Amino acid sequence: MFRFLVRRLLLGVLTLWLVSTSVFVMAYWVPADPARAIAGERATQATVNAIRQALGLDDPLMVQYGRYMGHLVQFDLGTSYVNGNVGVWTLIRGALPTTMWLVFGAGIIWLCFGIFTGVLSATKARSLFDRGATVFVLIGISVPPAVLALTLTYALFFKLRTNGVELFDVGPPGSFFADPGLFLSRMVLPWVALAYLMTATYTRMTRSSMLDVLGEDYIRTARAKGLPERRVVYRHGLRAALTPVVTQFGVDIGYLIGGTLVTESVFGLNGFGFLIVHSLFIGDTPTIIGCTIFVALFIVVANLIVDLLYSVLDPRVRVT
Amino acid sequence: MSLTELETEVAPADAEPTRTIQGRTPWQLAWARLRQDKVAIISSIIIIVILLMAIFAPVLTHWFGTDPTKTNTNTGLDADGLPIGPSADHLFGTDHLGRDIFSRAVYGARVSLEVGLLSTFFATIVGVTIGLLAGYFSGWADAVISRLLEIVLSFPYLIVALVAAATIGPSKTMVIVVIASFSFAAMARIVRGQVIAIKAREFVEAARSLGASRLRILVIDILPNLLAPVIVLVTLLIPQAIVTESTLTFLGAGVDIRIPSWGGMLSESTQYYRVAWWYLFVPSGMLLLTTLVFNLLGDGVRDALDPRSERIMARAGKSGKTSRRWRTPSEPGSAGAVSGR
Repeated sequence: MFRFLVRRLLLGVLTLWLVSTSVFVMAYWVPADPARAIAGERATQATVNAIRQALGLDDPLMVQYGRYMGHLVQFDLGTSYVNGNVGVWTLIRGALPTTMWLVFGAGIIWLCFGIFTGVLSATKARSLFDRGATVFVLIGISVPPAVLALTLTYALFFKLRTNGVELFDVGPPGSFFADPGLFLSRMVLPWVALAYLMTATYTRMTRSSMLDVLGEDYIRTARAKGLPERRVVYRHGLRAALTPVVTQFGVDIGYLIGGTLVTESVFGLNGFGFLIVHSLFIGDTPTIIGCTIFVALFIVVANLIVDLLYSVLDPRVRVT
Repeated sequence: MSLTELETEVAPADAEPTRTIQGRTPWQLAWARLRQDKVAIISSIIIIVILLMAIFAPVLTHWFGTDPTKTNTNTGLDADGLPIGPSADHLFGTDHLGRDIFSRAVYGARVSLEVGLLSTFFATIVGVTIGLLAGYFSGWADAVISRLLEIVLSFPYLIVALVAAATIGPSKTMVIVVIASFSFAAMARIVRGQVIAIKAREFVEAARSLGASRLRILVIDILPNLLAPVIVLVTLLIPQAIVTESTLTFLGAGVDIRIPSWGGMLSESTQYYRVAWWYLFVPSGMLLLTTLVFNLLGDGVRDALDPRSERIMARAGKSGKTSRRWRTPSEPGSAGAVSGR
């Protein structure tokens, strides 16, 4: 167990180092001059030079890299080039709540819905419901996120609104506690969009995991001793079948914290994904780098937790 | 099937054999199964149609539309300068510059298919090679490669792609390289597992004892046995690559926006769908149709090549142990990171 932990931690650190280095290399490849961008179009060359000096952009690449890594190990993500010298950390903290709300809200929906449809289509294999669920799942797996988000916006935001039903809205949701009505009207569509994209995987997984488990001997034993089918399926079967589903949930949450770029962009949520896309467009290199490393950190930690959780949930799996 | 049913089909031992029994290879069996699968057949027909559409795009647009980059200021925009809907002049309407959406959709197929097929091709070549080496030469080579694959699979895929796009500039080549350099890991991992299982089999041992070289064992003995799982994974990687390309292009970091592509059309339509629904729905429909038929074909191919797989089992009403061999998309890390929600 201890060896496993050390190995995974080392691997995590290696991953983070690779991510940060490759992003550093790519970001400093950009021919655009950030000093010019900060100073503005009409600044004199002297001002631009002064800013270059202050940012240390004149130093050799290796020196810059050393400084960047030095800051990084102290959890210092630097300051944004734009946005009036705001720290990258502050930007991330500001954007994170919306993304958290989005991912966890959608997570609850897709987990419940995915498990529900998965169990039903496993216990009623070949039924009309199963076939319907299969089609539903396939569309969810196939549909590009942008297509789904835009179609939902068109049908449920724009079309409803022009017909006088102001149920859903698009834009920054603000805080749930400040204005729950506005928050919900702006969050429901993104929740549904994100959840549908993810439900598909969970339905498939629950279904196949459930079919596996229902073929086990102990399920036959449970049936043989006369337990009602409901109890067999839900108490004995589902509990064991959910192990891979729960671990996948952890992995997906980790990925989605930095992976809801399209959903946030289309629905105008001012979350983490939007911050990344926006920083890219305005060429805010420190923010992009900071965000990427933060996302990588999230993924590494989520994977680690999931691996540990797996060995707790399923005692047969021994971590080595 | 009960025992008695089985017995009725067996000819009595003394009877003359009326027909010769033909041996069929696993591939013939798989093909026979695939031919029975109506959904898979229809899907492959649609894929062929889309392919032909991409190949003959210039001819099609010459007959039924105008050049995809031509701004039809006379027929393409109404008096207010807004896009016009589907009509005889423009089958699928026009966009905000008066360009023919039918033509752009036809040309868009070229981008999606090119990126989908080429990136999967490169990912397959690299993934199979690396997987073969890692699986066959266990020891430190395997350890290094496996760690590398783990790292690649936990990379924040889409963001790195976005950064690359911003650095190198959006281009088709960049998108293909980025997609291939991340999706090869899933392929390599599957192949590695397969190779480890295959190399322990007797026929490999036999080849080795006959003095076959390592290269010969790898290429002649092991490689052909990898074909089935690789084909299955390829059919799953293609639609994923198409989705990723459209997502990157939609975010402005994929294919150059001046080239007509479905993702690019979607991105432009966000400003105009309120007055021109066709602007949104034509590229959406094309994208969904393409990824859907590839996924449907992929499911069919998997069922045909791996009859023990879960879908067949469910169809037969059984729920035995399903083969876990190729159930790749639900493995942690292989699906979640790919398309970027």
